[in-house]
Amino acid sequence: MTLSRIGLALPAVLASTLVTAQEGVDSLIDRAVTPLSDGLSAIIFYEIPLPYIEQGVPFIVLWLVVAALFFTFYFGFINLRAMKHAFRLVRGDYTSPDAAGEVTHFQALATALSGTVGLGNIAGVALAVSLGGPGATFWMILAGLLGMSTKFVECTLGVKYRNEYADGTVSGGPMYYLSKGVAEEYPSLVLLGKALAVVFAVFCIGGTLGAGAMFQTNQAFSQLLNVTGGETSALNGYGWLFGLVIALLVGMVIIGGIKSIARVTEKIVPIMGVLYVSAGLLVIGMNIEHLPAAFGSIISGAFRPEGVYGGFVGVLIMGFRRAAFSNEAGVGSAAIAHAAVRTDKPVTEGLVALYEPFIDTVVVCTITALVIIITGSLVPGGNIEGVALTSRAFSTAFDWFPMVLLLAVLLFAFSTTISWSYYGLKSFTYLFGEGRNKELVFKAVVLASIVVGSSINLASVMDFADAMILAMALPNLVGVYLLTPVVKRELKTYWADYKAGRLQTYPQL
Amino acid sequence: MERLLVGIDDSECADRAVEVAARQARDGNAKLLVCYVIAWSPFTFSTPEENAQRHRRREEELEIARRKILEPRISELRGSGLQVEGFARHGHAARTLLQLAKEHEADMIVVGRAGDNPLKSKIFGGTAGALVQSSPIPVLVVP
Repeated sequence: MTLSRIGLALPAVLASTLVTAQEGVDSLIDRAVTPLSDGLSAIIFYEIPLPYIEQGVPFIVLWLVVAALFFTFYFGFINLRAMKHAFRLVRGDYTSPDAAGEVTHFQALATALSGTVGLGNIAGVALAVSLGGPGATFWMILAGLLGMSTKFVECTLGVKYRNEYADGTVSGGPMYYLSKGVAEEYPSLVLLGKALAVVFAVFCIGGTLGAGAMFQTNQAFSQLLNVTGGETSALNGYGWLFGLVIALLVGMVIIGGIKSIARVTEKIVPIMGVLYVSAGLLVIGMNIEHLPAAFGSIISGAFRPEGVYGGFVGVLIMGFRRAAFSNEAGVGSAAIAHAAVRTDKPVTEGLVALYEPFIDTVVVCTITALVIIITGSLVPGGNIEGVALTSRAFSTAFDWFPMVLLLAVLLFAFSTTISWSYYGLKSFTYLFGEGRNKELVFKAVVLASIVVGSSINLASVMDFADAMILAMALPNLVGVYLLTPVVKRELKTYWADYKAGRLQTYPQL
Repeated sequence: MERLLVGIDDSECADRAVEVAARQARDGNAKLLVCYVIAWSPFTFSTPEENAQRHRRREEELEIARRKILEPRISELRGSGLQVEGFARHGHAARTLLQLAKEHEADMIVVGRAGDNPLKSKIFGGTAGALVQSSPIPVLVVP
């Protein structure tokens, strides 16, 4: 055998082993995950049948909406009446200059937002309006407004029951309020609290690997393929390479501790967000004469949808569902990020967190929906589309926009993966304890799922991921309901102080 | 003159500013307040991990600022018989100096001219420039 023949044969052999290995791994994962995924999905997405209507309400949507409604009424429309005060908190009017150098309300909010704003705002909204028509926007906005109350409660609890360690670092989130909070308030329910915390942590790890790592890279790669020519793209089939590059970059941040990459991303992501919103406003401005009609179709479509499967309730569910997927209110993830703020009044961070669903859903999602509707990109009875629809709507005004959108999708996916890997790590250390080697194992698993997510297309793993992330809302909201009286007490004292002018303000120089 | 505030960083120019400020304080029989500002803004973006570590980092930054920058200078000044107090704070350099001057009712602020990096001060204006424009008390800029 000559050298050249070996040179030719080797890649072929390697390729064939890779293919068989991949098929083997695929079906292995598939076989292992399918029963679990089917079982969990069956519970989470169980459709509760409604009388007179063909379509049922998915259980998880009802679970999240009922919570949001309950908290909104129980706290007397805190989502609306506290917005002005919350804005002043974010601006720093109530932050003592002595706390300079600590995590501010603004920083905690911005960090939480960079984990929330992402593909849901771009692809999810397109999905909602292409399935439910313009009217879905109305219900999405309403769900966003109600979701603010849920965020308020969970983020207040996140700060109140966080752990502050002797070395000055903090850890917070549902794991801590479920175990510590429930134990403090209901001594007889200690075990329930512990169990809720463990279940939450397990789901959160699942959500991190699935929705945080696999799903993000998978969707980012599919937009990359779309822009570079779809099926005929030269990149087709190189998903694993894309996954490796992303895993390398993420690894440099979460394992290598290379702060510069994270810092650059954290600076560019808000710029992309602002760019996306301003481009959207510009497109709306260019079609300003159609704006009244667009609003008209949103309102009329919300109550008298034509030709939409499931009718009125179908549209309502579509809007609510996409809003819940996008702003994660009730899921508990954001409480982990918000818990890092430096404050002795937990309620303040809860109030600041009101802005998270507001910015994510009421502002960004609405702009996406308006752009799609106002540019006439929505074809009644047309295909159901995600990113592609948003991309086309923007390209009617600027033909170069799909490239910007690609960049935005890549960055949002990257920052969401980094945020989620932290949420997952916190859940992992909650279960298994802290330690350099243990944490390294978890981080390696996150990186591996990034590569897996972009190179294969396992529908069952994706379903599993979606189900996992929403399943976090089950243990989380049970605990949040139990701890609602705590938040009520805290809010009552704080609001009385605020109304009586007893809160110290610090005028900005 | 009762209190004199001097803003420093780790540059040579800051040493000259301290020298001038010490002379002024001695002549006016004033107390010298020495302040080092660690650049920080409440409106930056950070990762969740950085936020969790922030409190510890802040303490470390203050500790380093006190030990490496403030203390050597303060002990030297005290050695020469001056009454000196040191401050390390996070914030925007000019605004933090103004705030401190207000808190301690300082009569004058002394700063070096060339503390910041040249490109940055060309674009955004240096600390000295900002102070000159907005300070309610006299500012002495040392080249």
